[in-house]
Amino acid sequence: MKRHVLHPLWVAIGLVGLIFLARLFVVPDDFGVHGDSFTYNYHRLSNVQEWRDFPVKYQGRDSCVECHEDNVRTQRRGPHKRIQCENCHGPSGPSGNHPDEEEYLPLNKERALCMRCHASLEYPDAARSDLPSIHDRRHKRRRECVECHNPHDPREDVE
Amino acid sequence: MSCSRRDFLKDAVSGAAATVLPLSAFVFLTTDEAKAAIAEAKVRWAFLVDTTKCVGCGLCVTACKNENEIPYDAPVTRTWVERYVVTTDGRTLADSPDGGRDGFTTGTIRDEEIDPENVAKAFFVPKLCNQCDNPACVQVCPVGATYQTHDGVVLIDREWCIGCGYCIMACPYGVRFFHPEHKVADKCNFCYHRITKGMQPACVDSCAFGARRIANLRDPDDPVTQIITTERVAVLKDEYGTKPHVFYIGLDASVR
Amino acid sequence: MSQEAIVHGVEWTAKELFVYPNEFIYWSIQIVMYPYMTGLVAGAFVLSSLYHVFGQKDLKEIAQFSLVFSLALLPVAALPLLLHLQQPLRAMEPLLTPHFTSAIAAFGIVFTAYGLIVVSEIWFVYREYFVHQLEVLKGAPGFWNAQRRIAYKVLTVGARDVSEEAIAVDHKAAKILAGIGIPVACFLHGYAGFIFGSVKANALWMSPLMPVIFIMSAVVSGIALCMLTYIVIMEWQAFRKRRQGGAEAAGDIKGAEKEIISKATRYLLGFLIAAISLELLDLIFRGYTAMKSWDILRTVMYGKDFINIFVLQYTLGNLVPFVLLILPGLTIRRTVVALLLVLFGVFMMRWNVVIGGQAFSLSFAGYMHYHIPVIPHSFETFKEGVLGALTVIATPFVLFWLINKFVPSLRRDIGEV
Repeated sequence: MKRHVLHPLWVAIGLVGLIFLARLFVVPDDFGVHGDSFTYNYHRLSNVQEWRDFPVKYQGRDSCVECHEDNVRTQRRGPHKRIQCENCHGPSGPSGNHPDEEEYLPLNKERALCMRCHASLEYPDAARSDLPSIHDRRHKRRRECVECHNPHDPREDVE
Repeated sequence: MSCSRRDFLKDAVSGAAATVLPLSAFVFLTTDEAKAAIAEAKVRWAFLVDTTKCVGCGLCVTACKNENEIPYDAPVTRTWVERYVVTTDGRTLADSPDGGRDGFTTGTIRDEEIDPENVAKAFFVPKLCNQCDNPACVQVCPVGATYQTHDGVVLIDREWCIGCGYCIMACPYGVRFFHPEHKVADKCNFCYHRITKGMQPACVDSCAFGARRIANLRDPDDPVTQIITTERVAVLKDEYGTKPHVFYIGLDASVR
Repeated sequence: MSQEAIVHGVEWTAKELFVYPNEFIYWSIQIVMYPYMTGLVAGAFVLSSLYHVFGQKDLKEIAQFSLVFSLALLPVAALPLLLHLQQPLRAMEPLLTPHFTSAIAAFGIVFTAYGLIVVSEIWFVYREYFVHQLEVLKGAPGFWNAQRRIAYKVLTVGARDVSEEAIAVDHKAAKILAGIGIPVACFLHGYAGFIFGSVKANALWMSPLMPVIFIMSAVVSGIALCMLTYIVIMEWQAFRKRRQGGAEAAGDIKGAEKEIISKATRYLLGFLIAAISLELLDLIFRGYTAMKSWDILRTVMYGKDFINIFVLQYTLGNLVPFVLLILPGLTIRRTVVALLLVLFGVFMMRWNVVIGGQAFSLSFAGYMHYHIPVIPHSFETFKEGVLGALTVIATPFVLFWLINKFVPSLRRDIGEV
């Protein structure tokens, strides 16, 4: 038998061996099937915890009430009671960000913010139509809504 | 030459066996953890969207972008809101300007002004990743960079994704995209970092109208689960066999 | 917005009507090039195997050439993928953690296996030549001769026995490899078709016929490219000989070519007919069953992409060359025209599948238009633009020129089987 015919086979096996060697160094140890399905559960396990540790930005109204009790109470009385503070004031997180690192949150006072809900679209039977609405062009153009309306309780006039 | 053929075959077989054995290392590494995970599956996340309540304010899209660090100006988003306007002469117009990120403040759809008199019905449909039971996106990932957790959420490993885009092409719902900064695939993950801490997803919290709600299907006392199981709900595109877990109230036939 | 933070796809996608926010043409020109190049690889190898396995003696010369050319094409098949990946440095991962439920995971394994087969077969065919070159270069002066000697030493991999027995074993091994290589080459390209055909979310791609259509048109393109390159090289050599030695020498070469060309043409036509039949079958079925996606597919295929599909691909790329090749009195010139059109047609087929599949939205209520970047203004618009595609096309010829220096595939006295 002419053994030289197997030389390419040794090269091939050598290459495959190299791949397995690379695998030892490059592939994380916790990479495998973590579940009962190779199709859906093949991954690096530590990634799950990495996502759990992703920083939380929006802290929620219950964290605002500690310092801003009066504004929260005002809001809870009126038609805006279900709107989160952070929708207009921006996220107060990650934890400790406000007020420790950021004393003032960027407040959005623009007309465009209010128009998201209150621009009249005149759709029949839509939840949108239950909201009080205005036609942008016909109501105090170029003025900000908050000049006249208290965003915490819009039933109260500002002026 | 029969001797040489036998030798050749012998060597070939032993060579093949040498490679196959380590191949078995590819599957089923940590059976203990797997068993523990399955036993622990007291949670299966699902979502309920009530289109009869959505007003199209788009604050959910903004909140999602802020919470999940998706650049505000980038034309991609983990969740979005679509508007459907069905006219009296039977046309359906749909749009989602910037994914609804800035809300819907004008009745014009793609430069076409729609007379309110001609509107038969109109509504808003929020969409997000369906966290499918049989996710096609996970099936097609060549490297195991995306996967399903034991509580039903489909996650993406940013350190391992090679950016081939196969998962994006495989999703029938169009929820995936390439993150412009991380240069890997990205999508909604039900704010996994929030729900695993007992918080709600950012979009759920930001919705003042209760159009978005999250549920744990394994908890019979969960009020949202009770709605899903006792009231009439629909899902998007179930013909693909993906078994989506975002349920809709008020889903119209015209919804794409 | 910084240059780096641009959403992949936004620069060359134009949306029309209702398209989901996250939809862009993510798989662009490089994903068109990839199946095109792997198709050429598979086709070139099949052509070579027609001689080595099925003993088609007329194809001997072109078989030699196409075997080596398929080796030059092989790394180029991986190039479009490297240019497309958002994380090219992680390109080895499909070899390290292959998720076998994905058709793309097969790529690493099949590609590597196929590469090994081609290299091994070439080694067996040319081993005698390598050993002989070692003899010839013994004691030859000069730096480059010394380099060549080292190269041939490495290439022999220590197997210097050139007895009749050893050479006979070489030939047998080459034949076996050529035989194994055919299904592997088909698999290499068939799975590329499977990548598309198995995507149930894409109404145009989803079809069990996709892998077969891809294989058939791949073989067509491979044979066409090999024939074309072979003709060009032989004509060039004849031209040079004519200037030196006169008409006799030129006539020699031309005569032998005609038989090779007509034989290869017959195979080409066979696979072409198969490819066209399957594609038409797919189209007819879609129109007949008229599933939910048919409305939008119809407007894309018969409207927006009508010229791309029916004029460029089916007519110019299939029908015209078919007619040119079956008409009697086939000349070299007419063959060259037909081959160029065939290569163009197969390219358009890849284009119409990849780009065509993204021409409509998942909503079935909108369209996306692909504006391929011509003048690049960033690395991304170079990679995924015309220049990137041209780079991919040019590379196999450069590689072939390099490989041919060590493995001469155009000399008739080497590589008898």
